[in-house]
Amino acid sequence: MSNPKSKIQNLKSHFLVFSWELTSWLLRHTGGLFERVGAERASRWLHPFELALKRPLFDCQECGQCVLHYTGMVCPMNCPKQLRNGPCGGVRANGHCEVYPERDCVWVRALAGLERTPYTAEKARLNPPVDWRLRGMASWVTYATGADRITTGNESAVRYAEIGEP
Amino acid sequence: MNTITQPDSNLARVLRAGRFAVTVEVGPPVGPLTDPIYRQIAVLRGYADAYNVTDNQAATVHMASLPVCIMLKQAGMEPVLQMTCRDRNRLALQADLIGAVGHGIVNVLALSGDHVSGGDHPHVKPVYDLDSVNLVRMLRMMREGVFENGQPIPKRAPDFFVGAVENPFAPPYDFRPLRVAKKVAAGAQFLQTQLIFNVPRFREFMARVVDLGLHEQVAILAGVGPVRSLRAAEFMREQVAGMDVPDWVVQRMQGLSKEAQAQAGIELCVEIAQQVREIEGVRGLHIMAVGWPSAVPPIVEALRLYPRPIAEPLEWVSLGALSLEAMGEM
Repeated sequence: MSNPKSKIQNLKSHFLVFSWELTSWLLRHTGGLFERVGAERASRWLHPFELALKRPLFDCQECGQCVLHYTGMVCPMNCPKQLRNGPCGGVRANGHCEVYPERDCVWVRALAGLERTPYTAEKARLNPPVDWRLRGMASWVTYATGADRITTGNESAVRYAEIGEP
Repeated sequence: MNTITQPDSNLARVLRAGRFAVTVEVGPPVGPLTDPIYRQIAVLRGYADAYNVTDNQAATVHMASLPVCIMLKQAGMEPVLQMTCRDRNRLALQADLIGAVGHGIVNVLALSGDHVSGGDHPHVKPVYDLDSVNLVRMLRMMREGVFENGQPIPKRAPDFFVGAVENPFAPPYDFRPLRVAKKVAAGAQFLQTQLIFNVPRFREFMARVVDLGLHEQVAILAGVGPVRSLRAAEFMREQVAGMDVPDWVVQRMQGLSKEAQAQAGIELCVEIAQQVREIEGVRGLHIMAVGWPSAVPPIVEALRLYPRPIAEPLEWVSLGALSLEAMGEM
């Protein structure tokens, strides 16, 4: 833990965790505002700003239902299979990707990143599949309004919450 | 009069009875001729409790899994429909699954699927609308009587026997048992593993699975298979994603004639199978003899797992009676 590289990584993680805590606190108090303005319109306004931050930091793929804080601040949509629930069985012995042999597996990075955040328990969380209607929307807005947590109809949303608790 | 089967899985019954289960992989042909399927049927019949039919294995175009499953069913053998998330979105997956259940095919194995980049169509769009964990969850939702959109399935919930896979030999190794836990939480009832050559690694994996109590919630079938030749062993070691072939396996093959290599491959498979079946939590074997079905009978016999336990006959319900029932509801 004392080598300079991991020190930088730890600092980066602390910064990202702080940013997320701050953002999510703000968003939890602005859901009503977004609903008054209209989620579509709020999203149109905020999406460019969100993308300007998240593209350089995480190579954001604009899924509109951000799970970065559950995945060690590594975007799972950068996985060639877009897996949101852990690595596939094709990870190479050196931890590299099956598809891009020169790159680290997104999920190897995500799980390592998760260990540097307070959210380690989230590695057991079941992440629901992507709702493709939200693609291209600002996930700040979908988070604030709860649209990113409505999975599919009836009780399955509740069930996710249950399973998510480790 | 047409008849449909009451969904009921032979594999599930064997496992429920506490018997050591055997599943065998069947590979669909590349072309439209069905002879290769019937050749495999002739060789493999009676040597397993259920037969996995692969879904565009190695991301290479083949006859679809579902029609081959139907052929096996018609031949009186119980299929396991392998379904990858690579080629179909949720609509297409559910359409195939409903079609399967309509033909009395209830064993389904959910996989992510090899990426198209390694197959024979590297230029096509990989789908991955779901990941394998969410495919398992969708199967459970269907068992509970709803489609993925939350709408009820008319008339009857399909009684799937839901399978999942895990590769204990791909990093991050300490996460693999947790991924099994995720699949169990999502609804997996049985689990088949990647081909095992590195037994110590598999033992570590199983120890953790047992620690987590997962072996009591999901029936784990250990994946084994014969290597046909030195070249095949080297190919698997170098080229196949997610395979862990230790040097001693390759060394066993070196300096042998072609026939002796094949014989050594079968012996090796039997040795590994004997080791893994002693490991706590292993409830059966999944034998993958890719392109070499004739190797399966000697392996199953050498392990004294032949003949397979006779399962109770399937219950048959006439479609006529069922539709009368349905009319009564309306």
